[in-house]
Amino acid sequence: MTTTGVQAIIPAFQELKVCAEAHWKGLWKSGRTVITVGTAACGQAAGALEVLQAFRDEVSKLNLDCRVIEVGCMGHCYAEPIVIISKPGYPAICYGHVNPVIAGTLVKEFVAGDNPCLEFVLGALEKNDLIPSLSEFPRAQYEKKLILKNCGHIDPTDIEQYIANGGYLALEKALRMRPEKVIDEVKRSGLRGRGGAGFPTGQKWEICRNSAGKPKYAICNADEGDPGAFMDRSIIESDPHSVLEGMLISAYATGARQGYIYVRAEYPLAVERVQIALRQAKKLGLLGREILGSNFSFDIKLFQGSGAFVCGEETALIASLEGEAGTPHVRPPYPAVSGLFGKPTTINNVKTLTYVRHIINNGAEWFAGIGTKGSRGTAVFALAGKIVNTGLVEVPMGTTLRQVIFEVGSGIPNGKKFKAVQIGGPSGGCLPESALDLPIDFDSLKKAGAMMGSGGMVVLDEDDCMVEIARYFVEFTQRESCGKCTYCRLGTKQMLEILTDITKGRGKLEDIDMLQHLAEGVKAGSLCGLGKTAPNPVLTTLRYFRNEYEAHVREGRCPSLMCPDLIAYYILPHKCERSCDACVGTCSVEAISPDKKRIKVIDQEKCVKCNNCLVACPLQYNAVVKLSPPGKVPTSKK
Amino acid sequence: MTEEKIKQHTRQVLKSFSKKKGNLIPILQRVQGRLGYLPREAMLEVAEFLGLPPIHVYGVVTFYNQFRLNPPGKHSVRVCLGTACHMKGGYITLDAWKRRLSIGAGETTTDREFDLDTVACVGCCVMAPVTVLDEKPMGKVDPTKVDGLLLAFEREREGKKKQ
Repeated sequence: MTTTGVQAIIPAFQELKVCAEAHWKGLWKSGRTVITVGTAACGQAAGALEVLQAFRDEVSKLNLDCRVIEVGCMGHCYAEPIVIISKPGYPAICYGHVNPVIAGTLVKEFVAGDNPCLEFVLGALEKNDLIPSLSEFPRAQYEKKLILKNCGHIDPTDIEQYIANGGYLALEKALRMRPEKVIDEVKRSGLRGRGGAGFPTGQKWEICRNSAGKPKYAICNADEGDPGAFMDRSIIESDPHSVLEGMLISAYATGARQGYIYVRAEYPLAVERVQIALRQAKKLGLLGREILGSNFSFDIKLFQGSGAFVCGEETALIASLEGEAGTPHVRPPYPAVSGLFGKPTTINNVKTLTYVRHIINNGAEWFAGIGTKGSRGTAVFALAGKIVNTGLVEVPMGTTLRQVIFEVGSGIPNGKKFKAVQIGGPSGGCLPESALDLPIDFDSLKKAGAMMGSGGMVVLDEDDCMVEIARYFVEFTQRESCGKCTYCRLGTKQMLEILTDITKGRGKLEDIDMLQHLAEGVKAGSLCGLGKTAPNPVLTTLRYFRNEYEAHVREGRCPSLMCPDLIAYYILPHKCERSCDACVGTCSVEAISPDKKRIKVIDQEKCVKCNNCLVACPLQYNAVVKLSPPGKVPTSKK
Repeated sequence: MTEEKIKQHTRQVLKSFSKKKGNLIPILQRVQGRLGYLPREAMLEVAEFLGLPPIHVYGVVTFYNQFRLNPPGKHSVRVCLGTACHMKGGYITLDAWKRRLSIGAGETTTDREFDLDTVACVGCCVMAPVTVLDEKPMGKVDPTKVDGLLLAFEREREGKKKQ
């Protein structure tokens, strides 16, 4: 780069920064209350848009000097919709499970009056004498937020809020460094790709930089297809510019001129927010020709996936960008040498790119100081399933599974017992109680039979059948297999048939060994990550929960009372209350009727096992039970 | 929709694209956005525009889950079958939708009011089981809520009739 280029960067960025900071300060002008509503997809599913409207209506009705803004997701998804009210004279207070009625109350009582309505409070954002703060929650002692820091605190559709909070500072710094120095910094930080495989990011960039061929491409892989994972969605919806900044720095380091951000079609809100972010960055000269007055030019196009899980694999993703069906190719050559249109291409996961700006800002040594020896930095997990605090967590690598599930996630709801945790989606595995003290990093999880994958963590309790979950994942990978490799195409199909037989009580004892055999075959005989890892859920459940497979096969019994073909619903006559008709009304197929004594009886022929009656039966009676095998139901006398 | 109309719409979409093969998927997405599905005539038109054999276009359309070959219903019902949704009874919810609408996944009701499909994961795992109704993710949809949602649509339809 020429020296004139370097000199132009500082004033150009300074101007943006001053402007953004003034804008940010204006928002928080003294005396004004600011209400932020989390409207990421998880919030919207819980009704955040109605809450947002309710706040706006009430504020304008009372004619208050109060700003209502939309922000992303702060990770406490279990309490959605989440609202933060910052009123002068009070700490910023976070409210959970807000609905339109509560919204109206909060405006009337707290914004207009001065009753902070403690009954709706989740916690304060900073320590104070009035309300316990979120940082005093037990989980806070394990969490370390780097890439989730902005999420839920800034408006993702406003670039100035990002800049005012330290955004694009790393880009400015990187542009004043030599590209080789940027790569060196990332290499020394020990950052490994967060897409699942854990390849060292700096090394990938270096290979791309040193590869001949022009133009070079930089791709952000936001095709987060793992069912049960939603970290990338949340980051893009809550802090899209942090992803763009990472892409810009990677492009500068590798010498790429054109970038693509490949977002899943199932994430319409993420698509929308990326579009807005791209438009704003272009307008401020942070994207496009001669960025910040330097001689570095880079443009990013948004590409929407079309619903194919295999496109998360880098060579399949490239095929899809080229207008082909997304089937993977043999590597090498790796995309960093020959990728999109045969040119050197880096493909990085959303989270990987989001870390980059922190590394540039704080230095490689700082980042390398977090986490474990082989896995530096933090890990982001999406907690879902049977866990109290569902949501996003970011913890340093090396934290144990037990700490994440029981301390950060507050354990299993309804007094149930922990059974297993499914990590890494269809490529990962189910780990039992005995693996809970495992420190989480790339290598330890692999050793236990699972893998980091993209970071989805689904907690399973005693009601979840391990054969069924194995069947579920194989059904998924079988459907999503692109069909190129025989082992993956046919092997997963055979495995699915065997597993389906077992869950329906038609399994044979030799099937279990056959399953093991097939699983090892598919692992060895497939080209890409999808096939290579597809047997993991089966292998881990066989390894840790073989007794459940045997119960299905030998006794036709589902120990967790989950497999529909191996259970029957039954109403215990001595517990059923004569005057109660709750189950009769709720039955979706009219299978329940009272007998002469008005004790309710289920017609097993009609029952579709929809679980409605069990939910409807009042707790004090608790008369509906599931029995397995179904033959246990006493034959009724008519 | 007549053949001519389909071609017209498709050509309208093609106007804003260059003849690059890499544009195939974005073009198909835009055409489907306009027509609701990808009829034969539209695929032929796209193939001719990009200079590709029609079988290539058909191959891509059938490879990706997002593209559909039959017209959608007025309301779209997408039952999420992600891991969390499945374990929290998403399959029971899917059964309920199938039973109430009398169609299977990937089908449209005969009155073209609803189409039913599954989706791998919409990333709202904390609200499991999720059903996406007309692009809006709804949390905690169990069989009872399915009945409630359908009732709401019926009331809406009746209300419109009265007007």
